[in-house]
Amino acid sequence: MTGTSGSPVLEVDDLAVQFTRRGEQPTRAVDGVSFSVAPGETIGLVGESGCGKSVTSLAIMGLLPQRGVQVTGSVRLDGTELLGAGPRTLRTLRGKDMAMVFQDPLSSLNPTVTVGTQVTEVLAEHRDMTGRAAQDEATELLDRVGIPDPRRRLGEYPHQLSGGMRQRALIAMALACSPRLLIADEPTTALDVTIQAQILELLRELVQGSGTALVMITHDLGVVAGLCDRVHVMYAGRVIETADRRPLFATPRHPYTGGLLGSVPRLDTGRGTPLTPIRGSARDTIPWSQGCAFAPRCDNAEDDCLTEVSGSTVPLEADGLRRELRCRHPLHATPAAAGAPAGATAASSAGASAGSPSTGSSSWSSSEGQQS
Amino acid sequence: MLRFIVRRLLQLIPILLGLSLLLFAWLRALPGGPAQAALGERATPAKIAEYNETFGLNESIVVQYLKFLGRAVQLDFGTSTRTGRPVLDEFLDRFPGTIELTVAALVFAIVIGIPLGYVAARRHGGVVDNTAIIASLLGVTIPVFFLAYLLRLLFAVQLGWLPGSGRQDVRIDATHITNFYVLDGLLTREFDASWDAVLHLVLPGIALGTIPLAIIVRITRAAVLDVVNEDYVRTANAKGLSTSVVRRRHVVRNALLPVSTTIGLQTGLLLSGAVLTETVFAFGGVGSALRQAISDRDYSLLQGFILILAVVYVLVNLLVDISYGLLDPRVRTR
Ligand SMILES: Nc1ncnc2c1ncn2[C@@H]1O[C@H](COP(=O)(O)OP(=O)(O)OP(=O)(O)O)[C@@H](O)[C@H]1O
Ligand code: SF4
Ligand SMILES: [Mg+2]
Repeated sequence: MTGTSGSPVLEVDDLAVQFTRRGEQPTRAVDGVSFSVAPGETIGLVGESGCGKSVTSLAIMGLLPQRGVQVTGSVRLDGTELLGAGPRTLRTLRGKDMAMVFQDPLSSLNPTVTVGTQVTEVLAEHRDMTGRAAQDEATELLDRVGIPDPRRRLGEYPHQLSGGMRQRALIAMALACSPRLLIADEPTTALDVTIQAQILELLRELVQGSGTALVMITHDLGVVAGLCDRVHVMYAGRVIETADRRPLFATPRHPYTGGLLGSVPRLDTGRGTPLTPIRGSARDTIPWSQGCAFAPRCDNAEDDCLTEVSGSTVPLEADGLRRELRCRHPLHATPAAAGAPAGATAASSAGASAGSPSTGSSSWSSSEGQQS
Repeated sequence: MLRFIVRRLLQLIPILLGLSLLLFAWLRALPGGPAQAALGERATPAKIAEYNETFGLNESIVVQYLKFLGRAVQLDFGTSTRTGRPVLDEFLDRFPGTIELTVAALVFAIVIGIPLGYVAARRHGGVVDNTAIIASLLGVTIPVFFLAYLLRLLFAVQLGWLPGSGRQDVRIDATHITNFYVLDGLLTREFDASWDAVLHLVLPGIALGTIPLAIIVRITRAAVLDVVNEDYVRTANAKGLSTSVVRRRHVVRNALLPVSTTIGLQTGLLLSGAVLTETVFAFGGVGSALRQAISDRDYSLLQGFILILAVVYVLVNLLVDISYGLLDPRVRTR
């Protein structure tokens, strides 16, 4: 989880996705998204429903529909540009160098094909394994993701497996070729709470030490706390705050991030402490061209958050060491917090917004069992 | 699965009872009763009385029905008034022809319908798609009778490319073992007879196959459009599988589930007698016999044929349900 050295596996640069439907205004589902993931690193893409997390991941994988979609910017996998690469090239990379696990394990598996075939077809495609060898390898893979009696399960159909086992099977398929990059799009949302924790633990184990870069997509900060090294918070298609996990939890600077943290129960806040959900809903938004999209829901909003007054869109700017922020009136706006290393600010100013943590990160890690 | 089949067979009993009751009542309700219907309008009262005596029509209606039922259970449907032969024999003579015609129509509909439906779906909104939609709309709206007549006029009468009547050229002295003419030719190694029978199936097969074709195109198209948006197809693509594997194993296999049900249901309908098509092409199957029986007032034949066809229809539908269970593992392994 901490081996974040070497050149990045994935570099996303200024990624934008625009949907054009006939007779409708084009919509920018994703705009100016940039991030990178190093080998062995786990990053989180966090945000409410509809903020563009899935579209971002599908754009990286080249799985967006061809028609009515414009993708611009740059996506590089181990230095190879993927945007504009031919469908054939992408097919050879998908499943082999980059793999993906989806949200709903039941609908993500073909109901009329055995689990075994759905595992071995990856081996046949990318590793030229067929027959006995493929069967053995598939058994091995299912065993590795913790499916009991794997050989029998190979002959079964998805509906005969439990929800957790289905997700394990999908993870097995994704990891069949030891990909350089794994994208997990809300892999636990459709599962029971206890199973969620097991699946996250499994992902962490499998990724740890294998050098696979993991992009964890979630709206659940508990998942982030237990798993991610670095977090990118998205709102209305843009990244609004980026930071390493500890400083982010200790001193969230964007009001939206602060709101997310404040709306989730934490172990270290007493039972009586009221949760403070972000007011309004994700639909109460304004286009980024007219100002900060979060302004309609923001407690810190002032006139200059709107473009007419400030004369420019709210930019994403460096905010201390390895931090970026898109906000004109951030939380923790003390001079000390702005410039000092993130770790140092944690103790001094954490209490200001998100409850009263002593050391934000440790309490978050321990709350993982409940959240995830 | 066995329990399912038994249950379905048991369900068949009330259906057939109801149908037999209807047919029975219908025959009694004919003007002048079955005697006059059979003997004609100018039958003398004496003849009618004699007829009623021989066919037990003087007994109470309940007894008559029970006797009719008892005979039907033993596959005795009486004799055809026109030919004097047992109705069952008449049926068995003619049913193979109808089966051959049904197969021809289905082959035509499936071989064209499934690929066309697939392409229409993949080129959604394109030329092929729009043409297919319009054509399939035409296919179901054009009266079969009209289409059959047109095909015959053009390709048989005007151009003379294909035979336009009968099941086989009368000049071919073919041996008939099973009454499946195509099969007979193969069995007796009279291949020219087989081929001639096949040629005789082309035009009626096309005429009869247009409605199933139109339906199959539409169902296939809709099914493929549904399936390509399924999460598991996205998963298959995310795994980097080749387009042919994605198409075959993940799209087509699932899209064919609803299509196969449709085909099965169509089979049941086609087997129940293509009266119009068979009549236009003077095709010696069950359908033309039904029409003949109507104009001859051959009521016992009508009654018997309809009852047998109903059983066939219900059995085919049962087969469809069973095979759906076999095709879909979610049902099979429940
Ligand atoms: N095929 C499409 N055509 C048009 N708009 C789309 C399409 N797919 C997604 N969008 C839009 O893009 C935006 C982002 O969607 P996305 O699925 O990425 O959200 P998300 O962050 O993954 O949300 P969730 O948590 O619900 O999965 C949404 O507003 C959605 O309406
Ligand atoms: S830019 Fe303004 S409106 Fe947007 S989050 Fe910051 S303070 Fe709130
Ligand atoms: Mg999503």
